[in-house]
Amino acid sequence: MEFGPHLMLASLEGAVISAILVLTAMGLSIVFGVMRVVNVAHGEFFMLGAVLAWYITTLLGGHPALGFGVALIVAPLLVGCLAAFADRVILKRINYDPDRTIVATIGMLYIIQQTTLMTFGPEARPVEAPFNHRLSLPWFEFGENGFAMTWPWGLSTTSYKLFVIGAAVVVLIALWVFLTRTKIGLIMRATQQDSETAQAFGVPVGQVYSWVFGLGAGLAALGAVLVVPIQQAHYLMGHDPLLLAFIVVIIGGLGSLPGTVIAALLIGMSDGIISVFFSPTLAKIIATFLVAMVLVFRPQGLLGKTAP
Amino acid sequence: MTSFNKSNLLHFGVLAGLVILFFILPTYHVGVLSRVMVMAIYAMGFNLLFGYTGLLSLGHAMFFAAGMYGFGLAIKFGGFPVPAAFVVGVLSAALLALVVGLLALRTAGVAFMIVTLMFAQTAYLVVLYFGKYTRGDEGFILQQAERSLFGLDVTTETGRYFTAFTLFAVCFIALAKLVQTPFGKRLVAIRENEERARMLGYDAGRYKLYALVISGAVSGLAGVSYALLFGYVGATFSTVQYSIFPLLWVLLGGAGTTIGPFIGVLFMFYLIDISSGYTNAYMLIAGVVLVLLTVFAPKGIAGTLKARVFPWMP
Repeated sequence: MEFGPHLMLASLEGAVISAILVLTAMGLSIVFGVMRVVNVAHGEFFMLGAVLAWYITTLLGGHPALGFGVALIVAPLLVGCLAAFADRVILKRINYDPDRTIVATIGMLYIIQQTTLMTFGPEARPVEAPFNHRLSLPWFEFGENGFAMTWPWGLSTTSYKLFVIGAAVVVLIALWVFLTRTKIGLIMRATQQDSETAQAFGVPVGQVYSWVFGLGAGLAALGAVLVVPIQQAHYLMGHDPLLLAFIVVIIGGLGSLPGTVIAALLIGMSDGIISVFFSPTLAKIIATFLVAMVLVFRPQGLLGKTAP
Repeated sequence: MTSFNKSNLLHFGVLAGLVILFFILPTYHVGVLSRVMVMAIYAMGFNLLFGYTGLLSLGHAMFFAAGMYGFGLAIKFGGFPVPAAFVVGVLSAALLALVVGLLALRTAGVAFMIVTLMFAQTAYLVVLYFGKYTRGDEGFILQQAERSLFGLDVTTETGRYFTAFTLFAVCFIALAKLVQTPFGKRLVAIRENEERARMLGYDAGRYKLYALVISGAVSGLAGVSYALLFGYVGATFSTVQYSIFPLLWVLLGGAGTTIGPFIGVLFMFYLIDISSGYTNAYMLIAGVVLVLLTVFAPKGIAGTLKARVFPWMP
């Protein structure tokens, strides 16, 4: 393949990575923004979403689309409830103290991961995509005979991958409407701005925290259900999304939602493109190091406001 | 008896107990204890930064690994004698800590944790990237002949135990003394209230950097000891998990106490040892312990004892 089509293929892969990443990172960002909690167990909620999707599709059987459709709704709900429960039982008791929350969520990480290992097992298990048509893509070239459209061999994608990108966009818009146009969203934003004042105005801050923690975990699980037909479900699969989501949230500015979206696009696209053309390990080294540097020299991130 | 004498007695009692245990324990437990002592050095290094200075690093595995690889690579490729390689290992950890400190200490709180986590992740990936020399996840073995320290064979059970004991004892006493010096008191002052320490005229930034470098060097020394005594160098020791372990040990034993790190490692090793007989998901125990600790006993074993029973405990 020539450079142009190759680049296009890499960008498409990057767009799929970005789509999943934006959902996962959004969950992390909302939780940090509203609760000021760094949730290290976020990657495990992602993994749980994928594992639940496998259980649901296997349990239901039948046409892959049926199981997948159910999983798309049920898995995020279950994971969200579990997270809200964990918030009630653990995080609330330690008063959301920043250091202790990190330690507690590290503990949650191991509990979720190892429980999955004991029940689901160490194998990677696939979930069948609801639909998976191979779509060849055209490439436009300005050759000797003027403008020509060619169909280069290997330049193709699947309908499912396009669906993932579309679904992420829809969810993002829904989330935006939810946060800016509904009463619950208003309450969440009020809690984010000043939890004490919100409490004084009768906002049940404790409940809002549980809801937000559940919502964040649910978003990660949703991203995982979408990714599981492309990448298999495995008990250690939460590690990479956690690091990437961290990177995105930091680059975008902790708690800044528009920043998160932009950073997810930036990181996802460059991850897709760099790892096609260079060694994936080198790409990761550069990305991780750059993020640490961003945090050192610009702790508020690219779009973040200065920390209160 | 003054509390100073009592704490001296406690420290030497622990060391004497370790010598006696060697003669009465069966071989298997002697082996476990050597490992516990090496890891306790690591935990003590971490404790200086976390327990005394109040800085939570989530990337200490990079210092442990720096020591380990500095030592291992110096022997394998540099052909260094063991004592020189030992120094190389500790110095490379200290140097890494200095560089990381100069950058990461510009941040504080949550940002510091994430920056150290990211640096450690970078270090881990660098180890994998240079897999040609480091052999990546697989790691490499140091042969018995490459590991004799001043003619002492550290591969025998006795040699290993007492080398680990000597290294542990030196670090244990040195760190216990260090935190009693004015320098140590200043670190505690920074932990308790950095603003106030600065108001009193102490250059808090500089002391935090010193604490990080010492902490990194001690962690590196633990890495060197591990490679020396167990003959294995591998990328596993630079994963996030090995940054989490010292946090777990120190929290469990009691942060900011001299004896806490050792108790934490001992407790955790036997907990995992016993539970791995029942399940392969032994990290589940670590997770449950972490959550229970943060909720019910944030001061750890030694910390709770100190608060409730023995107020003189160091």
